[in-house]
Amino acid sequence: MSSAKAERFTFLVNGAQRTLEADGKTPLLDVLRNTLGLKGTRFGCGNEECGACFVLVDGHAVASCTTPLWSVGGKAVTTVEGLGRPESPHPLQQAFINEQAAQCGYCTSGMLISAAALLNRTPKPSEADVRIALDRNLCRCGSYNRMVRAVLRAAESTESS
Amino acid sequence: MNLAVTSARGTSLPLPGSLRVNRRLAQWLKFHVDGYVEVFSGKVEIGQGIVTALAQIAAEELDLALDQVRMVPASTLVSPDEAVTSGSLSVQESGTALCHACAEARAIYLHAAAARLGVPIETLRVDNGRIVSSSGAQTSYWELADDTLLDREATGQVAPKSSTQHHIVGTSVARRDLSDKIFGRPCFIHDLELPRMLHGRVLRPPSPDATLLELDDAKVRAQASVVTVVRDGSFIGVLAENEAGADAALKALAAGATWRQRASLPDEAALATWLVAQEAETSVVDSKAATTRRPVARTMNARYSRPYLAHGSIGPSCALAQLQESSLHVWTHSQGIFNLRKDLAPALGLAANQIVVEHVQGAGCYGHNGADDVAFDAARLALAVDGRPVRVQWSRADELAWSPFGPAMVVDVEADLDDAGDIVAWRHTIWSNGHTSRPGRSKTPALLGAWHLDNAFERLPAINPPVAHGGGAERNAIPLYTFPAWQIVNHWVLAMPLRASALRSLGAYANVFAIESFIDEVATTAGVDPVAYRLRYLDDPRARAVVERATAKFGWSSRQKSDGIGHGVGFARYKGGGAYCAVLAEIEAEAEIRVRRLVIAIDAGLVINPDGVANQIEGSAIQATSWTLKEAVRFDRERVTSDSWQAYPILRCSGAPVVDVDIVSRPDCPAVGVGEAAQGPTAAAIANAVFDALGIRMRELPLTGERIRAAIG
Repeated sequence: MSSAKAERFTFLVNGAQRTLEADGKTPLLDVLRNTLGLKGTRFGCGNEECGACFVLVDGHAVASCTTPLWSVGGKAVTTVEGLGRPESPHPLQQAFINEQAAQCGYCTSGMLISAAALLNRTPKPSEADVRIALDRNLCRCGSYNRMVRAVLRAAESTESS
Repeated sequence: MNLAVTSARGTSLPLPGSLRVNRRLAQWLKFHVDGYVEVFSGKVEIGQGIVTALAQIAAEELDLALDQVRMVPASTLVSPDEAVTSGSLSVQESGTALCHACAEARAIYLHAAAARLGVPIETLRVDNGRIVSSSGAQTSYWELADDTLLDREATGQVAPKSSTQHHIVGTSVARRDLSDKIFGRPCFIHDLELPRMLHGRVLRPPSPDATLLELDDAKVRAQASVVTVVRDGSFIGVLAENEAGADAALKALAAGATWRQRASLPDEAALATWLVAQEAETSVVDSKAATTRRPVARTMNARYSRPYLAHGSIGPSCALAQLQESSLHVWTHSQGIFNLRKDLAPALGLAANQIVVEHVQGAGCYGHNGADDVAFDAARLALAVDGRPVRVQWSRADELAWSPFGPAMVVDVEADLDDAGDIVAWRHTIWSNGHTSRPGRSKTPALLGAWHLDNAFERLPAINPPVAHGGGAERNAIPLYTFPAWQIVNHWVLAMPLRASALRSLGAYANVFAIESFIDEVATTAGVDPVAYRLRYLDDPRARAVVERATAKFGWSSRQKSDGIGHGVGFARYKGGGAYCAVLAEIEAEAEIRVRRLVIAIDAGLVINPDGVANQIEGSAIQATSWTLKEAVRFDRERVTSDSWQAYPILRCSGAPVVDVDIVSRPDCPAVGVGEAAQGPTAAAIANAVFDALGIRMRELPLTGERIRAAIG
């Protein structure tokens, strides 16, 4: 797009400070995937209706497809890549593996982000809490119950550690 | 030792599974000196776990550790042509082929090892690829690796292991692809980024029957990031240097386009009436005359229907294509890479051998979605820019409104009863479009964009696969019950104002919904418990076993009647010869129907990966619950209006029932697929439970709160 509108934005992405020059209206999702190469955040609808593109912004799960870049200036963005890595998985990621809580896995990143936001504010959620927290994320394969079990399992594992 | 020559299996022809058409062993596997085997399959991962199951089969027959098996992504360059990954056939076709090919490859390598080591072949065993003699001498697949050894046709004469010898097959190994997905690694086609890649968008017409009158693209061409606008008839595309630029250009293109639209769609509110009134090709699917005449005391009949259903993959379709010199490379999440190539060639004016089609994983796929269409879009745009790769990403609206739909259906069922309430004769009549318009099977390319070109290809009606292959609209129309007489008729509706093609289980969803609802209606009339009534007509012990196990686990006989709560059953054997599946449902009738619990017994013969089977059944039952309670493609007389998740709601996490899966293990029966077996039985179990709760028989899908309130009156 036209560079005339480019401004400078600084924010944290997965703990690292990033400064970008871009049109402030650019969706965060585009910046993450196409500028920063963080492909784990998925495009699903572009209209915050499905949750596939969720990221944490200051700990809250938000749809990156409709979040303009300007609005995250000075904030901390965490994507699925920032939750954990295979050698040091987030308890949620470990629990998703243990429960084999996916089929196609396309909604998984967004689900993990919603679950991480939930555990941030409610470390010991009930099953109903988990279902409500995941209700903004659509899964077409029908893996909801496995994901709920995984989130409850992760909550237990962090409690005991 | 499992090196035995089959005699019981008779002559060497035909070869089992997909070996029948991909006969050379080298098409299936290749040993490498570095200590691994590459395994080739034409079946692709669509979220169902097939890559893991096939790796298990190969490791089992070759006596390898799982991590010594590398599954090669499907490509027209290197993979066996296995047509389409569909119909719950991947384990049957690819799994069977691999099982036999690997058993034979193992035998060939044992012969080579015996010669190399100078020991009798009977003294050899294989352990993680090492071939060890009881004398202590040893070699390995890797040491012996020699492509000429497998450069031969399979004979089908080496028996695979018996189920008692299995130690990898039959175990719940973790899915190989899930780790990448859980850690957010780039693993989907959407994530593929190539050097100098351009982003393409295609402006779809506003409605299925619209034609482009005028296009003012001056403003679009002036945009900084726009590389070119492609116009070919009513096909309009744009290429830009970046994705935001492509999206902005698409908006501007839409503003500059003038279309002629026609009211070509039927009245959604009277869809069943419309279907039944259409010209159709009528065929008798099956008929059976009674051997003895019994007097008919009464005749019952009912009409059931389902709407058009959307696939609704969470990831909109995406593809990449690159034209270099005169050869085109396409990256796609198509279910049928060879079939896609077959249709791309004429649509693009290329020869098939100029095109390589390579599979990359997409989001969950439940049938013929937009994957092939977007591959055409990318390929067509790539022709406009020699050398640079082109990525096309569909929008959510494209995916929900332009990919094919599972066709609407009407099913009439009629039964003659004797005075004891037993069924004397059964009649089942279907009205439906064909259930597949996949690429590769038709005279003209079955690709959306190809219908909009200046030199447009004709859009042909969807067809039904042969009944011997499970049929389409008529899938599962023949009941497994031992009724003394029946007549099954299919009216193949040719008019296709909305694009119809394969959706998970094809006609089985509506046919089983109809059969299993109607048998409940008959049982109620006869005053007999619906499970007991079904068992009267089931003599197949495997069928009886799933019904009995599901009802026992559910607690059917001790169920408590309470206000607003209902219990129901549904049963089918998928395609008549596939997996047996019984579903018991408990529902709660509030403002909407809420499915609380599903208990499912499944018999799929030999199970490769029990957790994989459970995962598929849980997921498919939840998807079927979503179809049954909520889903219908919405349209006015011109266009599809359900082009967002708001307009096409699906089940969410808090609406998902508990799903309890009981796998009936039959290691000595052939493995059959499980991805589609639960669709119909789930719908029927829910509808029967609604009747149990409210005394209202719901025969039109979906069973929305609005419909139920209307029925209560």
